[in-house]
Amino acid sequence: MALSIATRELDGVTILDLSGRITLGEGSVQLRDAVRELISKGVKNILIGLGEVNYIDSSGLGELVSAYTTAKNQQASVKLLNLTKKVKDVLQLTKLYTVFDIYEDEASAIASYK
Amino acid sequence: MTHTGSERIRLQLASSMESVAQVEAEAEKLLHTIGIEEDAAFPLLMGIREAAVNAVLHGNSYDPAKSIVVTMEHDPETLVITVTDQGEGFSLDTLPDPREEENLLRGSGRGIFLIRSFFDEVHFRQLHPGTEVRLVKKLADSAGQAS
Repeated sequence: MALSIATRELDGVTILDLSGRITLGEGSVQLRDAVRELISKGVKNILIGLGEVNYIDSSGLGELVSAYTTAKNQQASVKLLNLTKKVKDVLQLTKLYTVFDIYEDEASAIASYK
Repeated sequence: MTHTGSERIRLQLASSMESVAQVEAEAEKLLHTIGIEEDAAFPLLMGIREAAVNAVLHGNSYDPAKSIVVTMEHDPETLVITVTDQGEGFSLDTLPDPREEENLLRGSGRGIFLIRSFFDEVHFRQLHPGTEVRLVKKLADSAGQAS
């Protein structure tokens, strides 16, 4: 299943709800475009919901990192929400778990931006 | 769960992402057939996909004149996957550890690290031209537990 992205706003935070796979040739480009579009519009608080992402490859990991660094360079912030076990395991294995601010519930994630 | 019998699959495929999807699908069928449960199969499929992507993208650079060859074979004890491209090869010595502090924010360079994390043995062979990567998993370790 390819990646689908739904965008919503809550208390000044733009939430991207991702569903599907973040992989080379499927989800990576959509994720990159979505994040860059938000940043180009001046959005500062971006929360990426990964609760429905059941697969990520090295390209997808790279795209998450790029989203993080692109945001940081623009004084914006990308945080992660609701990791599935599979995605969490891969983030831990690659030590990317230490890079991102990661939240298990949306309310805590939203509050962290205040 | 039984691992009786043995089987060998050979695929010669174009240098495309469709081929990567085909490799994934064939590998998924094979792992299911030999009784590897989903949690244990997931990292193996991920490693196989990374190897196929490397062959298509970094090895053959999507060159339609080049193909990749994938073999999958197993006996009761061992699963062996090989992925061969026709590219110019590369040096393992130049691959940095993506977990090092200075590499953590790189946008690439995690594929081979993941492959090595998920398989018991990973061997690269330069073919001049081309690269063969051979992935070995001891099946007793995969039976019912995630690696």
